Amino acid sequence: MLRHSFKLGAFALAVGLGAASLAAPALAQEKLKVGFIYVGPVGDFGWSYQHDVGRKAIEAAFPGKVETTFIENVPEADSERSIEQLARTGHKLIFTTSFGYMEPTLKVAKKYPNVMFEHATGYKRDKNVATYSAKFHEGRYIIGKIAGKMSKTGTIGYVGSMPIPEVIAGINAFYLGAKSVNPTIKIKIAWVNAWFDPGKEGDAAKALMDQGADIITQHTDSPAPLQQAAARGNLAFGQASDMTAFGPKNILTSIIDDWNPYYIERTRAMLEGKWASQDVFDGIAKGKVKMGPYVNMPDDVKKIAMETEEGIRTGKIDPFTCPVIAQDGKAVECKDGKLNDGQIAGMNFYVQGIEGTVPK
Amino acid sequence: MLTPVLALVVAVLIGGLIVALMGKSPLTAFRVFILDPLTDPWAMQEVLLKATPLTLIAIGLLFCFRASRWNIGAEGQFLLGGICGGGVAILAHGMTGFWILPAMLIAGALGGLAYAAIPAVLRTRFGISEILTSLMLVYVADLLLDYLVRGPWRDPKGFNFPQSVAFSDSAVLQPLFEGGRLHAGLLLALAAVLVAFVLFRRTLFGFAVSASGDAPRAANFAGFNESRITVLVFLISGALAGLAGVVEVSGQVGQLRPGFGQGLGFTAIIVAFLGRLTPAGAGLSAIVIAVLLIGAESAQVTLKLPFDLTRFFMGLLLLCVLVGESLNRYRLEIRKGGA
Repeated sequence: MLRHSFKLGAFALAVGLGAASLAAPALAQEKLKVGFIYVGPVGDFGWSYQHDVGRKAIEAAFPGKVETTFIENVPEADSERSIEQLARTGHKLIFTTSFGYMEPTLKVAKKYPNVMFEHATGYKRDKNVATYSAKFHEGRYIIGKIAGKMSKTGTIGYVGSMPIPEVIAGINAFYLGAKSVNPTIKIKIAWVNAWFDPGKEGDAAKALMDQGADIITQHTDSPAPLQQAAARGNLAFGQASDMTAFGPKNILTSIIDDWNPYYIERTRAMLEGKWASQDVFDGIAKGKVKMGPYVNMPDDVKKIAMETEEGIRTGKIDPFTCPVIAQDGKAVECKDGKLNDGQIAGMNFYVQGIEGTVPK
Repeated sequence: MLTPVLALVVAVLIGGLIVALMGKSPLTAFRVFILDPLTDPWAMQEVLLKATPLTLIAIGLLFCFRASRWNIGAEGQFLLGGICGGGVAILAHGMTGFWILPAMLIAGALGGLAYAAIPAVLRTRFGISEILTSLMLVYVADLLLDYLVRGPWRDPKGFNFPQSVAFSDSAVLQPLFEGGRLHAGLLLALAAVLVAFVLFRRTLFGFAVSASGDAPRAANFAGFNESRITVLVFLISGALAGLAGVVEVSGQVGQLRPGFGQGLGFTAIIVAFLGRLTPAGAGLSAIVIAVLLIGAESAQVTLKLPFDLTRFFMGLLLLCVLVGESLNRYRLEIRKGGA
């Protein structure tokens, strides 16, 4: 009964809305509405901020043809409504930019088959759900080399968010980079279990420095670890965007996520009716991962960094060149001389030399 | 009864002014924020979905607050409810059976109840402030959830991400209406409002609770046992918060994951006071808060208003209600010449 009367109400409302839209003058040309869901505030100056830069790039690339919307600070456990909110308000292309939006995105996508979804860093796809990510670990390999050269105490502090493969692969790539220039280097990892929590991120950085780390790197979204390192006169790296402003004397470089080309390309595909579900995983070669200026380091270190970056760009260097030895001392299965994308995207082990275990 | 309504009107007027100062039309903002969530069928469902756990928790808190026992840790009891109920779902993963959902609900309520018993007993036995203990237990619950979804209950196929398996269909509260998300938890919330209403209006127990809050000495003379009431109101409050937790986990989230609490247990404190500690008031103010939350999201989408404005509106609303309360109780008098 309840169900019945509800449908009746919905019907009455639909008729009413229909009548209203008939009365409205026809729009000259309908804009493509593109929506974004952010896990943090756009002002985090890291992850969400960079996605928002990408959103603005779409508006600039297709003036008059697209309209963009974002909802920020969307908790992953309560995101289904927010995603549906965009889908039902005429957004035809929706980017959900955090791993935890995976299930909600798929659920909403089933309900709205004519809306196309793009889920960042996920691994489940559908006809109207594409996934995309970036090889951030390539950047981490470069900063690993810098850290290995620059550390005086021989200990580097790593502020980790969550032990998911993307982050584990980053830690491994960083360590391999550092070890290649300094075989005795040690890294200490502190998990904050959040993507954006400046308080916890900063505390983790302090704790790591208390344990002897003189360089801090991070896989979280805010500049807090860099700021804490700067406060103690230590060195650190920027994450996701160029964070120079938060520690100009202490930053070595930043790993910059550049989503602009990808977002523009996908919006263009949408406008031309060529959008198709896909999985994209690329990095420095395609410009999705960029490096900030190399500063506060001697020229020889700078040279190593630039050569490594160039090597990765041209494909001469790969962070996961075989043999890759896992913690248990066994070489990881390997074809073509390096690990494949699937192995990196599902990485669940530390390489030999990293102390501690992947949190389980 | 008129004061909260008046407070609401004042809050809307001030909010409208702020929106106008930001260069947007206050009338459109009013429509997006308040009218749309109350008229559009999809949004109505989402409002009720959000109001469901808030109502359940707030009804439980009424018992504590009426008796002047300050349970600030409903968030923790909510989490424990979700953990216990969700635990049943995880253990029964892949099974089917009509018993799974009831077992989850009972486990959730018991989990919340047991968790709320801790601050109650600490107070009655050792005289430790329940405000502090209940609050601090929130963090313990948070960490317990964290441990479980990273450790024993982690989805083995989840790429290490801290979350449990997605519950099977028979462990999920099914939607009431096709295509919507509103689930049967709403009926539990309604039932809670009714039962609380009857308890406070018609039973000695309800009277004893209110009396022990309003006039503890008189209640003592009347033979109401203070410790017993403390424990009972905490158990009721915990059970309802636990029930809310399992309802949210089963009906809305569909798995255990860190952060499923979303601070609902704290928001429910506002809900309880906004409703002036009455059962019907709690239900209504849960809807008001839910409307604001849903409306704020629409405002981000359609008006491109910032997210922080929501929190601002909520604070504004509470402030207006509190000011209204005191103006109701006291008369404002301006005297010339100072003290």
